[in-house]
Amino acid sequence: MTDAVMNTGTVAFQADGSTGARKGVQVNRLDGGLIKGSKALTFSFDGKRYTGFEGDTLASALLANGVRLMGRSFKYHRPRGVLTSGSEEPNALVELRSGGRQEPNTRATTAELYDGLEANSQNRWPSLQHDFMAVNDRFSNFLTAGFYYKTFMWPAAFWEKIYEPIIRKAAGLGSISFEDDPDAYDKGFLHCDLLVIGAGPTGLMAALTAGRSGAQVIIADEDFLLGGRLNAETFGIGDLTGSAWVEQVQAELAAMPNVRVMPRTTIIGAFDHGIYGAVERVSDHVLAPEAGKPRQILWRIYSKRAMLAAGATERPIAFENNDRPGVMLAGAVRAYANRWAATPDQTVAVFTNNDDGHRTAADLIAKGVKVTAVIDTRADAPQVDGAELFAGAQVVDTKGRLGLESVQLRLANGTTRDVHCGALAVSGGWNPNVHLTCHQRGRPAWREDIAAFVPAGTLPQNMSVAGAANGDFSTAAALRAGAEGAVAALSELGITAKTADLPEAEDAPINVTPFWYVKEGKGRAWLDQQNDVTVKDVKLAHQENFRSVEHLKRYTTLGMATDQGKTSNMGGLAIMAELAGKQIPEVGTTMFRPPYTPVSFGVMAGRSVGEEFRPTRKTPSHKWAEEQGAEFVEVGQWLRAQWFPKAGETHWRQSVDREVLQTRNSVGICDVTTLGKIDVQGKDAAAFLNKMYANAFAKLPVGKVRYGLMLREDGIAYDDGTAARFAEDHFVVTTTTANAVLVYRNMEFARQCLFPDMDVQLISTTEAWAQFAVAGPNARKLLQKVVDPEFNISNEAFPFMGCGEVTVAGGCRARLFRISFSGELAYEIAVPTRYGDAMIRKLMEAGEEFGAVPYGTEALGVMRIEKGHAAGNELNGTTSALNLGMGRMVSKKKDCIGNKLSEREGMNQEDALKLVGFKPVNAADPVPAGSHLMNADGEVSAATDQGYITSAAYSPVLGCSIGIGFLKRGDARKGEVIRAVNPLEGKEVQVEVVSAHFVDPEGERLRG
Amino acid sequence: MIINHPILGPRDSQEFTYLGDATLIDRPDWQAEDAADQFHDYLYLRDNPAGEHRELWFHEQGDRSWLVVTRNTVTHEILTVELARDVARTRGRSK
Repeated sequence: MTDAVMNTGTVAFQADGSTGARKGVQVNRLDGGLIKGSKALTFSFDGKRYTGFEGDTLASALLANGVRLMGRSFKYHRPRGVLTSGSEEPNALVELRSGGRQEPNTRATTAELYDGLEANSQNRWPSLQHDFMAVNDRFSNFLTAGFYYKTFMWPAAFWEKIYEPIIRKAAGLGSISFEDDPDAYDKGFLHCDLLVIGAGPTGLMAALTAGRSGAQVIIADEDFLLGGRLNAETFGIGDLTGSAWVEQVQAELAAMPNVRVMPRTTIIGAFDHGIYGAVERVSDHVLAPEAGKPRQILWRIYSKRAMLAAGATERPIAFENNDRPGVMLAGAVRAYANRWAATPDQTVAVFTNNDDGHRTAADLIAKGVKVTAVIDTRADAPQVDGAELFAGAQVVDTKGRLGLESVQLRLANGTTRDVHCGALAVSGGWNPNVHLTCHQRGRPAWREDIAAFVPAGTLPQNMSVAGAANGDFSTAAALRAGAEGAVAALSELGITAKTADLPEAEDAPINVTPFWYVKEGKGRAWLDQQNDVTVKDVKLAHQENFRSVEHLKRYTTLGMATDQGKTSNMGGLAIMAELAGKQIPEVGTTMFRPPYTPVSFGVMAGRSVGEEFRPTRKTPSHKWAEEQGAEFVEVGQWLRAQWFPKAGETHWRQSVDREVLQTRNSVGICDVTTLGKIDVQGKDAAAFLNKMYANAFAKLPVGKVRYGLMLREDGIAYDDGTAARFAEDHFVVTTTTANAVLVYRNMEFARQCLFPDMDVQLISTTEAWAQFAVAGPNARKLLQKVVDPEFNISNEAFPFMGCGEVTVAGGCRARLFRISFSGELAYEIAVPTRYGDAMIRKLMEAGEEFGAVPYGTEALGVMRIEKGHAAGNELNGTTSALNLGMGRMVSKKKDCIGNKLSEREGMNQEDALKLVGFKPVNAADPVPAGSHLMNADGEVSAATDQGYITSAAYSPVLGCSIGIGFLKRGDARKGEVIRAVNPLEGKEVQVEVVSAHFVDPEGERLRG
Repeated sequence: MIINHPILGPRDSQEFTYLGDATLIDRPDWQAEDAADQFHDYLYLRDNPAGEHRELWFHEQGDRSWLVVTRNTVTHEILTVELARDVARTRGRSK
């Protein structure tokens, strides 16, 4: 056998003459099919080894090996086999792979077979054949629809401790390994003129027509083989077999550079404005992804036009015990025989309400499978060659514990008959796959002639529907609709496409007489096999007045979980319609939402996992700080040095206390790059800042810095920082680290939307400058060694709150600000970011003679609490300028964001909270942050609450814990002893109300 | 969604930050007699129409333009996209 013949894939098993031997192992393997019989693939299911072939799915390989039992049902643990041959599968869900790659609830029908595939059944213990929980089935009379709602109501206290843990343990199907997924998942973006969703006859014809016109085309199909039902049927197209025609089209498409063919790609959702989500399974069909390749890719496809050519899904008929392994959809049985050369059993019966079911009988007979009966609900059923026909008959019951053995018929004349069969192929008609048409606002409409819903209403923008998805079920109609749909879609884009000569194809009419369920029988007739919903459950829901389809779904769980009722919804709502005495279209359908089929969390996360979950921003001194052994802390996306432990220090407090004391005694250096920086320039820069800050800025002289407080428009304090005036028309504004992005956004809003004619420009320069705080009595001496000598930075020439442009280290441009967060004589010096690393080394070197220390965010925090400076804990979104002790700063003489509403009565009460400091009465006590404040005596309650502590720290300067926080009339209560209480932990500490300025309250140091 | 930026052409809505009702442009006069009431209404009272809605979007991952997008909140159809600065000027805002 040559490679060429192998690649056509249409001939099986001639490779080494061992066909017989293979068939011997794979007892239900047939001849032919599109599998490549030359190479056996080994796989395991529940630990047992089997062989299959390339082109198999796990389901087809298991069937070929005589395995019908593939899972246990969700609620009753009923033995279940495969129902379908596609992504609509409700039953054959397995755990695929193991370890970090283990994936629960994977459909055996879509899992492509590869050598070494490992699968396990789910929801059973100890084994699939003997499942302890099958005892649930005995109690099915109690476990009907609404069971949980009715049973687990009382007593209420039982819910959390008893009911929920039990339900949780029983719930779910598959399990996860809790190991990290070792594989990569990618995200990508694609653009096209026409997106064709589905590569059956409709989609292929559309892609071919559009591709030949030169348009940019993407055609995607969830299957690994293009062709859709053509691979499952025996129809020819023109002179070719269906699959040969597919190969010919595929070859032509592959040669077109303007066409992207995407097999193994599911369009999961139709979003606004022609955007589609797609998941491409790049490596799910191999043992492990090739090096450098992801397992899956989440694509976002921007399409100018889209054509839904997603085909149709067959629906079953409900009857008593219709869930035994071996009861399958007729189209699936046919697909397994024709495409996969597999049959669930050598003896099959067919149960149908339409002509399509008869094709299964004919195809099976042609493959040498014995068809023991064709049971057609219609009295006028067409004749059948090679099998006994029971027209006007129904299947009323089945037998077979772990797999079907026989079915019982009620014949047209009223008598019963048992028919032996190991599989029953059931067809209740076909439902167009309308799902994506409903992802925006589409509501399907009922078509009586095909007894099915078709797309209708407002479809997603620029989407058209063609072929079986639109209710045109014949191959000829599909080809025509695909070609014409492509021409129409492209003409809207001004692209001329020609309808190719359409090949001849079958054009059989749809002959279907709706038949949803067999009314006979007292046992359970299964509608939704995945959720164990029966006809009786629907009747119960109706009886208990859960009659809207959305209520029906939620009360019975019909149509939930991984298959979203693709095979069951229609039956459920048809029965509801019957019970309510309504027509099916009056009952309507439930809402279809994305995703079309289940999507793994991994592909949603993409590369944003672990350390890459979000960007990590490093400060300019990060590398240097790492060299010093710094501990880092996440501040937003930033990593900042938290403290710098020295040899011998065993507790973080030792490091932090040392950093604080050395800074206050000599000099310390801290990277403050993370604070937001906004460059404000223009003739109206001062007027603009005057609008932004609550306090006055218009008259700030050049060369000066001012503290600024920003309010929200509702009068609550928003952010604080400094604005330095470098020129008449140039300010540099700083914000807190957390609000850097938001303040910039708000300032742009004000600039463009509120004051559009102001001559002012803004740019964020947070990352353009590396900025270091140099604080402590020796700060100036240190900086004088770094700042070039032509710049006089003496106290007289460069006083407190001064700013200016200088150069450092022999000409490197820099900005110097004399501002202090620590309360010490302090500066901040900024250099272009690329010199940040050099700058920290230079500063440390220059500081060596003073014993300069680097300090981290902890020491920074301790010093600002000692100084009583507000930070994020105090500007917490509930506090006003008045609360912060800055009420008088809010100018009443000008318009600025927030000043009008800050005057509201409620925000200016006499007993308003005021920022004050707290010291423990007993110096050894902690001052716990978050504690609420209560008067010295009296009850501890919300009603008697006096305020709360926002920030606390151990002050190495004072030798005790201290805190700052908000206390009612706090400014008038200094010296009072009150209680800081934490009722959650049952803790209470006596604290004295003091000034928030613990260190240097007169501010002499920072002016020195 | 795709927002047709007046300067940059069609851009994915992911590049934008949503703010809300474009009436936020109409900030009251702080010296008006009933300024407090006007600010209250400006800040807290919004229409929430099912249908056409003029709203503010910020092209934060782009050119930092604030845009006024007229969008149907039911269908997500975008009818017009304007630079907020131009809208503000036509509504009498200046300095």
